[in-house]
Order: sequence, then C-alpha cells, then structure tokens
Amino acid sequence: MTYTSPVPVADGHFYEGSSLELQGLSMAYGDIEVLKDVSISVPPGTTTCIIGPSGSGKSTLLRGVNRLHEPKSGEVLLAGESVLTQKPDSVRRRIGLVFQHFNLFPDHTALENVALALRNVKGFSKAESRRVARERLTEVGLAERADHRPRDLSGGQQQRVAIARALAMEPEVMLFDEATSALDPELVKGVLNLMASLAQRGMTMLVVTHEMGFARKVADQVVFMDEGRVVESGKPADLFDRPQSARLQRFLSEVL
Amino acid sequence: MDWLDNLIKTFLDFDAMWQVMPQLLGIGLVNTLVISIWATVIGVVLGMVIAIMGISPSRWLRVPARIYTDIFRGLPAILTILLIGQGFARFSQQVFGPSPYPLGILALSLIASAYIGEIFRAGIQSVDRGQLEACRALGMSYGKAMRLVVVPQGVRRVLPALVNQFIAIVKDSSLVYFLGLLVSERELFRVGQDAAVLTGNLSPLVMAGLFYLIITVPLTHLVNYFDNRFRTGRRKAAPPKSGLDEVEEQNPTPTLTYGENS
Repeated sequence: MTYTSPVPVADGHFYEGSSLELQGLSMAYGDIEVLKDVSISVPPGTTTCIIGPSGSGKSTLLRGVNRLHEPKSGEVLLAGESVLTQKPDSVRRRIGLVFQHFNLFPDHTALENVALALRNVKGFSKAESRRVARERLTEVGLAERADHRPRDLSGGQQQRVAIARALAMEPEVMLFDEATSALDPELVKGVLNLMASLAQRGMTMLVVTHEMGFARKVADQVVFMDEGRVVESGKPADLFDRPQSARLQRFLSEVL
Repeated sequence: MDWLDNLIKTFLDFDAMWQVMPQLLGIGLVNTLVISIWATVIGVVLGMVIAIMGISPSRWLRVPARIYTDIFRGLPAILTILLIGQGFARFSQQVFGPSPYPLGILALSLIASAYIGEIFRAGIQSVDRGQLEACRALGMSYGKAMRLVVVPQGVRRVLPALVNQFIAIVKDSSLVYFLGLLVSERELFRVGQDAAVLTGNLSPLVMAGLFYLIITVPLTHLVNYFDNRFRTGRRKAAPPKSGLDEVEEQNPTPTLTYGENS
C-alpha cells in the first residue's frame, strides 16, 4: 500500500517538530502498574509507531507524555526540557493529541471546533481564529465542510477535523491514539494519508496504531510494547521482517 | 338530586368563582408567578454553584455541596420556609422592610437549588469524559473547559428536568402564605382560600386550582414535546451515502506518492 497526500504538498504547511524523549517512564492506575520503565527517543521531525496487543500500556503512555495522566516516575523531555516541571497547560499547548473517538465538540461546527482553542487558549481575535481555523481545515481537505456539525460528518471527516484542531495550536509534537481504529474501513486510508503527509512535512509524531502497513511504510522507528514494557524497537524493516523476541513473532503472526 | 346540587354549589358555584376572578388574576396569579420565577432564577444560579462544587476534584468543595443538598432536599418544604421566614425576619426587616415576601422567595430558592444542583450535576457528569480531555489536551484550563464545552452540553440535556422543577416550585410557592403575607402579596392559593372562607364555599379554591393547572399543564406537555425532540433528533433522515464517494472526494489528484521510508 502506498500513501498519497490528501492535498497537493505545495499548499501544505511545513512543520518544525521538536524532539521527544521518554526516559524510564513508569505509570500506574492506583496500585496497578501499567507502564514500567519505558524509554523511547523520537528525534525531531521523525515518526515513531508504537504497536502491541491491547493492555500493553500504549494509550497510557501517550497520556503520560502530555500529562493527562501524571507519570509515577521517569522523565519526559520535549525539545530537551522536562515537561514534568512545567505547567501542564503550557506543555499541552505544544503537544497535539488525536483520540480514537475524535472527541469533537458536538455543538460546534467543524470551524468552531478548530477555532475554539485558538481563541480561548492562544488568545486570538475572533476573526483571526476563524481565519487560521479555515486554513487548517483546508489543509486537511475539509474547507467545504467548515459549517457542518460533527454528526453531519463521516468518521473519517471527523477525525480530520480533530487533526486540524490539534494542528491549529502549532504543536511541536503530535500524538495519535489509535486514530483510525473507530473508522469505517474505506475511510481509514484517507486519515492515514493525512498522517503520512504530516510526517513527511517535518512533524514529530508518536503514533499508537494497529495499522501495520502504515507503521512499516511511514515510521522511522517502530516500538513493540507488551505488558507495560518496551519489548523490541528499531527500524520497521528489522522489526517486521526479522522480529527477535518470541512475543513480537507471536503478535505479528496474529495481526499480519 | 339534592346531593348533586349540593356538590355543584360547594365546588362550582359560578357566582363565587366569578367574584374572585379579578383578585386571582390581578393579585394571585401575578404573585405566584413573581415568587416562582424569582425562586427559579436564584435556584438555578445557586444550583449551578452547588453542581460545580459537587463535581470538583477538591473534597473541600464536594463535601459542603453534598451536605447542603442533603439538608435542603431532605427537609419538608414547609419546615424550611418557616425556619427561614421567621428565623431571619429581623435581618430581613432591615434589608427589605417588614414583608416576609423576600424571605419566602429565598427559602423556596434554597430548596429549589438543592434539586437543581442535582439535576445539573447529573447532566454535566453525563457528558462524555473525552470532551474534557479534548479541551485539556488543547491546553485549556479545567475552568475554561467546563465553562466553554462541558457545562453547556450538560445543561442542554437537562432542560426538560429544569422545567419539571419549575412546576414543582410553582406548586410549592403556595406554602409561602404560612409566613403571613400582606393583602397585596397573596398568591393564588391564599386569594382562593380567603375568598373560600368569606363565602363559606370552596368554589374560589377550585378556581385557584384551575389557575395552577393553566400554568403547569401546558409546561408539562411542552417538556414532553422537547424531550421527544431531543431524544429522537429533529433531523430528517438523509438518504444513505456510500463511503466510497467520500474516498473520491478526499483524493482528487494524488500529487504525491511515496513508498518505503529511507
């Protein structure tokens, strides 16, 4: 499968992604440890895909990076600075997160979904926030749907609005939490194309995914997690063609 | 048919009803509506504060909200009205003058706010958690996320329940008469009751009852109407559209193709 950009790249915006580094990250829900000593380094402008069976702590890891869930120990460095010593709100502004279930605001139009945080977090004027929002919607190919409410959009369109909403904040890193898992099969590729295009245009991305084709083609690095630990990581070709650990071999034989 | 005549005379004496009409309209209805609307407005404001406290991450806000709700929901309305109306009479006299009217409204507001707080809390908590997370992930503070996104969605869901609460307040407003209202301050029940005592006939009270029903019954049906609309959605079903059309739409001209990552 090849990935085609949903918009001509000449119209695209180029990004300057920052580096993201997780060092010995451990996280827990109450007494239950779900992430144990995870270290992942994502160089600026590259894409790292995290794969693994359910319950391996992949989503929890993303929530730890932007502190929606506070890590128990370890360190997260964004552009070399610890995010754990900064204010959570200012860290989150620099990290975009795209959810499995989109989480668009149902009583706002696509444009208002993108404009809301521009106005209320970045402090843009109403006109300015709408202008930028329209630009971002155009970038994801939804300029004509700007005035639709989420329920009038397909899952694929909703997810692209959600991506536009995150991009509008000019994040240095984008996190994707199984962004295509809730989509109808024919709409998956459109969203993956958009993600591939972001990757190609310099965004730093940490992508939790079950799309092995995407991980193989687009990722610079693939990380296989199981039971809260990194089991194996490396270049996609190495992981997919020459898996070392028995667990990864087993996992790949189940999903491929 | 003596007994039928008797019944009609007792409950449906047209003359007695007609005579009390001007007072019911000019004094009773106006006061009932003024008391109920004020109590609802104050109750909604207080109820929102209680609801926000009740879902706060801080125990120091949650526990007082819980206690407040338990007290005012758990006490009989008449007891609260008497305690507030008589207990704070001196204080009220300095602020509002001798009338117990404002204290009656206050007491009704406190009772209403306990119920309305629970209605709001349930509505806000029914909003998908992902909404708050999406806001936080964009860098919004908890307060902004609640104010701009979560609370408006929650409130919209509970509008029917709020109308029901207003109906309850309209009925409870009759209890304010216990505080001893001035002639011009009497609400529907008191006007009907006074006329019934004067004429020795229950027809004026029946008339007052009709006025309550004129306020409450249309509201009940309005609620049902809105409830249905919210539940079924007011939109006409669109003809099914193939997902493949959208795929076409997304990729008008594939200008960039890339394969293996280098």
